[in-house]
Amino acid sequence: MSRMFATLAAAAGLLVSTGASAVEISLSCSALGKEYEVCKQGADAWAKKTGNTVKIVSTPNSATERLALYQQLLAAGAGDIDVFQIDVVWPGILGEHFKDLTAQAKGLDQHIPAMSDVARVGGKVVAMPWFADAGLLYYRKDLLEKYNRPVPKTWAELTETARIIQEGERKAGKNDFWGYVWQGRAYEGLTTNALEWIASNNGGTIVNDTGEVTIENPNAAEALKTAAGWVGTVTPEGVLNYTEEESRGVFQAGNAAFMRNWPYAWALAQGADSAIKDKVGIAPLPMGGADGRHAGTLGGQLLAVSKYSKNADAATDLAMYLTGQEEQKRRAIEGSFNPTILSLYEDAEITKASPFIGSLRDVFANAVPRPSGVTGENYNKVSTEFFNTVHQVLSKRAEPAQALTRLDRDLKRIKRDGWK
Amino acid sequence: MTSAVAQADVPVPHQARGRRSSLTRSRLRSAWLFIAPSLIILAFIAGWPLARTIWFSFTDADLNNLNDYEFIGFENYLANYDGEWLGLLTDPDWWHSVWNTVWFTAVSVSIETVLGIVVALILNAAFPGRGIMRAIILIPWAIPTVVSAKMWNWMLHDQFGVINDMLLRLGLIAAPITWTANPDTALWTVVMVDVWKTTPFMALLILAALQMLPGDIYEAAKVDGIHPVRVFFRVTLPLIRPALIVAIVFRALDALRVFDLIYVLTANSRDTMSMSVYARQQLVDFQEVGVGSAASTLIFLIIALLIVVTLAAGRVRLGEDPR
Repeated sequence: MSRMFATLAAAAGLLVSTGASAVEISLSCSALGKEYEVCKQGADAWAKKTGNTVKIVSTPNSATERLALYQQLLAAGAGDIDVFQIDVVWPGILGEHFKDLTAQAKGLDQHIPAMSDVARVGGKVVAMPWFADAGLLYYRKDLLEKYNRPVPKTWAELTETARIIQEGERKAGKNDFWGYVWQGRAYEGLTTNALEWIASNNGGTIVNDTGEVTIENPNAAEALKTAAGWVGTVTPEGVLNYTEEESRGVFQAGNAAFMRNWPYAWALAQGADSAIKDKVGIAPLPMGGADGRHAGTLGGQLLAVSKYSKNADAATDLAMYLTGQEEQKRRAIEGSFNPTILSLYEDAEITKASPFIGSLRDVFANAVPRPSGVTGENYNKVSTEFFNTVHQVLSKRAEPAQALTRLDRDLKRIKRDGWK
Repeated sequence: MTSAVAQADVPVPHQARGRRSSLTRSRLRSAWLFIAPSLIILAFIAGWPLARTIWFSFTDADLNNLNDYEFIGFENYLANYDGEWLGLLTDPDWWHSVWNTVWFTAVSVSIETVLGIVVALILNAAFPGRGIMRAIILIPWAIPTVVSAKMWNWMLHDQFGVINDMLLRLGLIAAPITWTANPDTALWTVVMVDVWKTTPFMALLILAALQMLPGDIYEAAKVDGIHPVRVFFRVTLPLIRPALIVAIVFRALDALRVFDLIYVLTANSRDTMSMSVYARQQLVDFQEVGVGSAASTLIFLIIALLIVVTLAAGRVRLGEDPR
């Protein structure tokens, strides 16, 4: 609250000093960890530069709840928030409420291709990429050395190595040690995990670029079978209710050899109170086989300008400023947010501040986008059907091939007369 | 419910029907005058939203754009596309959520009723500290559901939860139980938390009924040397039955539209989804205002039907008793 008052006080001061042309822009930005601080610094810098003021609106931490809030606000045509921080899978769902930024977004091609693809919906640029995320493999350097194993390149290698380390550690008396932890709860996170297994095994991305349902194929079934084989052997059964934080809890307590997670876990795993400080490494997620590919699901956030904004020009200017090169660089250094502008990955200052950022470039360049653009408003339904099906396979209540046949039928039913 | 109660309160002398006296007429007028404000408020806050929901259920409205929709008849409920039946009535997820809700209501209300009677009987007995005890037992009921559900969520957590820790230390289980993730335990977990929360409410209503009972019957039973268990089944239970049925109907109404508890404990999981969670998912997550409204309309009909059946059953038995 006190920060909000400070912002308001500063806002009032600026209003007086710059006269009638100054406007107030409200910006919704997430308040997870360092995000609020870094977001506010950027917004204040813009406010100082332009003489306008920025009010930061707090939103729920859970992405699902935040989306529901945005949907209700935008459906009512409310102009309360001018600039929205949105998730990488939302442009398709919310796109029609956002201002077309095509005229301003000339630099969009300098961003990570997967991110700029997501920003375009139906030939319009509805949002600007702000920072990028992708699924990564975290491993214990010390344990790989101890058991003399390389960093796994394929899922088969990972399964084998996880089994060897788990057996060895358990023999040594660590009874709750596990090989591999990930996110298996029936929620959006499971969609990202399962998409990685399937895409890395050349099983496609559920729905392809032209809108065809492609999920029913032997490669996808094989990938799901491998994953279901982990549960109860190298992965605890509890993973079926794990989100990011639960799996990080197990890994960071030193109770797992491998973990799938987003880049944010790095700073925490290397934190002063971490049991595994300086024993962690990160790598691209394994390939499905020798002819597979490394596939981390693309995450990240964008900024969009509301169509109902009363000060759309100033709001657009703020969104362009925050997603611009200078601000992305500052955010990378201050808060290790991964930039979406490709050239920043060779920036000397950023590389100095976070040494692993260079190796992330390839991960982001190869990242797999979820089929949110092509399925549009139906993405949530597609994702819900998908993660529910995968969850059934993982909890051994369905066979992969039959489950995918059923999923294929259900998705085609949702598609009915084409995606909206 | 409310309007039925209101009507019952209005004195309408049966014999005067047809040729009412002026006194009766003026009484009736003032009765209507008195209930008019509540009827108007009810029409605004209950009637209008209900009518609008039912109307939306016959349209293809979308949350993204609520002003532009078409009337599509019963398609949200049942429709035939190229020989394939679609719609809410053919959706296995919907019927699963109906079954979950009915199962949850039957099991939780039964357990709560039995435990509520036990707790009420204990609190009805005279013992030192009874006043404090009565206040303490109400605490679970006083905590907002979202808060207590969140609290239980942490206590039941498979990694950091205190319940698994206790059971492990006692040696009752070998590995932590994933209470809310495992489809076999999830719905029972929800029932357990609900019982913890609402038993005090049942106990309170039953205790109120117990305190109204005349003491002389019990003295007579004592003089006759009747076993206390027999006294309970033959005297206490029949006498508190009207209050008991009201309490059960209230609880069942509440349980049939359960949302917050299930949503906080297990989110949108198919295994534990209740009717309200299903309707919300369609309405907000999938933006299908049409289908969501159709689900809400069905919830309304199902609850109305079940309550009418319960009330009818209760009234028949109530009618038999005094004569």
